[in-house]
Amino acid sequence: MVDQDQQPAIELRGLTRRFGERAALNNVTVQVPTGTTLAVLGRNGAGKSTLLRILATLLRPHGGEVSVLGERLPQRAHVVRSRVGLLGHEPLLYRDLSGRENLHYHAQLHCVAPERVERLIEAVGMGKRADDPVRALSRGMVQRLAVCRAVLHEPAVLLLDEPRANLDPAAVELIEPLIGSGNGHTRVLTSHDPGPAIEDADLVLGLRDGKAAFVRPPGEVGAQQLRELYG
Amino acid sequence: MRATFAVLAKDLRLELRTFETLPAMVLFSLSTFVIFHFALGRSAVGGQLAAGILTVTLLFAALLGAGRLFVAEREQGGFDAFLLAPVDRTSLLAAKAAAMFLFLALLEVVAVPAFGVLLLGPALGPRLPGLIAVLALADLALAVIGTLVSAIAIHTRARDMISPIIGLPLLLPALIATARAAAPVLSVHGSGAPPGKWLLILALYDVVFALIAYAVFDFLLED
Repeated sequence: MVDQDQQPAIELRGLTRRFGERAALNNVTVQVPTGTTLAVLGRNGAGKSTLLRILATLLRPHGGEVSVLGERLPQRAHVVRSRVGLLGHEPLLYRDLSGRENLHYHAQLHCVAPERVERLIEAVGMGKRADDPVRALSRGMVQRLAVCRAVLHEPAVLLLDEPRANLDPAAVELIEPLIGSGNGHTRVLTSHDPGPAIEDADLVLGLRDGKAAFVRPPGEVGAQQLRELYG
Repeated sequence: MRATFAVLAKDLRLELRTFETLPAMVLFSLSTFVIFHFALGRSAVGGQLAAGILTVTLLFAALLGAGRLFVAEREQGGFDAFLLAPVDRTSLLAAKAAAMFLFLALLEVVAVPAFGVLLLGPALGPRLPGLIAVLALADLALAVIGTLVSAIAIHTRARDMISPIIGLPLLLPALIATARAAAPVLSVHGSGAPPGKWLLILALYDVVFALIAYAVFDFLLED
């Protein structure tokens, strides 16, 4: 049994991942304490989504060590899967099924009671449109359903790739109790917009061409670092 | 089993919504029978020729269906969603093969009577029990190998070409055994019972490829 208070929720040591010859992540080292938020910043193609996919067990690391909730990846991926929730670029919902059908399908895969689906649908304000096919919904509505899917099994670690994309301020308020920093999740958050991400974070990882340009508390990330990261 | 039933139910629901797979398989089969009807210039066939036409038509219809098996998973993130769940990955194989088996059975409910009307010389009725036994075993082979090949092909850019290129050689023994088993059943002077030897070969083939598919499917889902 792993005592999570004694070690970080996420630990990367020299993490490397290649696609062919190109290293999408190169020797990245960072520790994320339990219950805190890591914001991952960087330009397009810096390796942010690759990092999230490795933590979600969808990609294997090619070098270094990765632990999530004390479990080594990829060896213990089957254990980690039930404890991480991924909200990525794609909603992972079938367009020809309704939101409710999609969520019930995911609930079955994750052994989650159907009542939880109904509670989440109400929580994100989708009660009236939950039976419409996903293809008939706006992007914001689809994103709200994707949030429901990501938190359906009450994961301890949330991996959030641009979680507020396509959402209006009212919808952001609705999803905040589910994926916000106030609910005790350990979160890894990526964003193209550094301002809000830094505000939301306890630690900031700047990625440049797959390498860790800096790992700092948000108060120590200034305009100079951001210029170098995005310049 | 829970995950298998969840994926299977989802696939059947998707097919009921979109009608993307089964109607195409049925139309293909009916068109092929019509083509054979005119191309052979004969109003009725029996025996080995009838068995060959039926088997080849069902084989190509199966490849058509297999090509669609994983499209929604690939295009709508179904693979990632499934891989994120704490379930045995081979439950995806079992669910897809079961869906494919059901599609083939439903196809045959339409295609076999149509074959009987358009091409078959001997009356179909007395031959149905024997034919169902042969087709059930053939469908199992088509479902398992179709699923396996489709899972390989879906990750390639030329997936429409890869499926038949890999699938046809793998299915050749099943094709031969099905045609040989069905020939006496569809013969004018036949007993109506399929030969046990070819049924056994088909069953053995089903078991061997089900085990191979079970062993390798996990690796097909790796990044």
